[in-house]
Amino acid sequence: MAEQNNVGVIHDIGFRHYDGPRLGRGWIVRSLLVETFRGAFGLGRPAKAKIMPWVLIGILLAPPLIFVLIIVLTGATELPTSYTQYFRELQLIISLFIAGRAPYAMSRDLRHGVMPLYLSRPFKRGDYVLAKFGGVALAMFAVLAAPETLLFVGALLAKLPVGAQIAGYAEGLSMAVILALVLTGIGLVIAAFTPRRGLGVAAIITTLVVVNALGAILSVILSDKGNASLGAYLSAIDPYNVVDGIAASWFSADTAITGLSSLGFTGGLVFTSLAVAIIGGSIAILLARYRKVGVV
Amino acid sequence: MPAIAIKGLTRTFGPVTALSQLSVEMPTGVVGLVGANGAGKSTLIKILLGLLPPTSGTATVLGLDCQTDGLTIREIVGYMPESECLPPDVSATEFLVHMGRMSGLPTDVARERAADTLRHVGLYEERYRSIGGYSTGMKQRVKLAQALVHDPKLVLLDEPTNGLDPAGRDEMLGLIQRISTDFDISVVVTSHLLGELERISDHIVVIEAGVLQRSTSTAAATTMSSLVLVEVTERAGEVIERLSSAGAKVVAGAAAQTFVVEVADGRVLDDIRGAVADLDVGLIRMQRRRHHLAEMFEAREEANHG
Repeated sequence: MAEQNNVGVIHDIGFRHYDGPRLGRGWIVRSLLVETFRGAFGLGRPAKAKIMPWVLIGILLAPPLIFVLIIVLTGATELPTSYTQYFRELQLIISLFIAGRAPYAMSRDLRHGVMPLYLSRPFKRGDYVLAKFGGVALAMFAVLAAPETLLFVGALLAKLPVGAQIAGYAEGLSMAVILALVLTGIGLVIAAFTPRRGLGVAAIITTLVVVNALGAILSVILSDKGNASLGAYLSAIDPYNVVDGIAASWFSADTAITGLSSLGFTGGLVFTSLAVAIIGGSIAILLARYRKVGVV
Repeated sequence: MPAIAIKGLTRTFGPVTALSQLSVEMPTGVVGLVGANGAGKSTLIKILLGLLPPTSGTATVLGLDCQTDGLTIREIVGYMPESECLPPDVSATEFLVHMGRMSGLPTDVARERAADTLRHVGLYEERYRSIGGYSTGMKQRVKLAQALVHDPKLVLLDEPTNGLDPAGRDEMLGLIQRISTDFDISVVVTSHLLGELERISDHIVVIEAGVLQRSTSTAAATTMSSLVLVEVTERAGEVIERLSSAGAKVVAGAAAQTFVVEVADGRVLDDIRGAVADLDVGLIRMQRRRHHLAEMFEAREEANHG
């Protein structure tokens, strides 16, 4: 009798209850952060979502590869570009990356009203914002650190002086940290106010390009008028110049804006506090923005 | 222990009072929360989830204080919002795994339970397709599934039948009933339609403009309201008189020659037959009628005001 029942019968086991562990708030925030990070590269998403980020990463990695080839082949004694200047030179590509990734992380949940589902789960409103911020910032840092690392490895392969390379690489990475945080802050704030993803992408790239042009114009006009340091300070309207200013003041790195390098200690303080203000301010704005989402 | 206990709950938004001195206990099982749009149902749900502090009063869910134990409550409670809340570019499976993890389930458990839960709400092969291509009924099922994926003890369903056609409505209501009977999960379900909730609810709570109107067990309500509609060819008045003198409760009906008799026990039906035969009038119909709770409330309201 019992044997009969075992043959070819699909048992409807009914609704199964779960008695296992429920991992708390920390795990949830970590999961959301990791998912945001992976999403920024289109991982776990269809092939279409992978195209843009990986094309941009490819473009970012191409010049270091070429530089490395050049120094290895020609036996040059220094890198064609400095670690700190590299971001400046590929500024547009970096801007495109954040413009694509920030709305990806923020807009979807806002536009399709997914927030109430997150809010009804065992973590807090602010946790969501911080997890998203962390995920995008980490992705941004990874993207900035990769070409730096490639430059560093290439320089070592070409047997350039190790001490100077390590110092340069360390400076480049610290700039990558600051730039990643600053760009993530700006990108996410804009994305959080433009629930339509396409609009968000356009808004971010427009903002970054316009402030870049403004910063350049201001610094050129003012240094023509003989007030280069005011021009340098005003050029901080462009977040890339803020990071550049920090590099110029603390690391005496080369810079595209004349005057940035002559600001010294005061300049370092001003630009550093600016960066901190941008990062802190954008997190504060994001938290305030999300205080209203999903409540009656 | 009641699933939900609310004492003197008040919530104001500036000059607007969404909930006013609400005190009610909701038992386990299916509780229907009825009220017109803007009656304060959604506000109440947000307070119960610990997302909105009440202006005054207290509320507990499964014995946990909504103001201090919000995180614990949200771990063992599921919520299905009224609004659209699904991203269109992921599949139901992916979405449910994600939401399971967001409820604190380990990833492998989330995967297993996502598949299970979708099957229970009636989504099979479709679950691998993007949600964007789903019908309203399928989307409602995904919304329901995400409220169940972490095996809660209680689910709060905000207008789950909204936007569904009559067949979809019946299926959804059947599903909600199964959550309570087969899955052993308590349900609080809101609707502005009393009629659809009374079928599946064990208990009905009615609020209007943030004020409690009724809190009744439907089992008690329906036995009390067993009625029979009688239509005769003529002399309805005399029949009514005879029945009333026999002790039956009779109310004249809307149409001529019809009246409604409350069936307290089986003898009343015999009395009707006897009265009709004695008076020698034709009996057109005797129709057992399910007394809608709504009518009952109206009748009592009139009695209260009158």
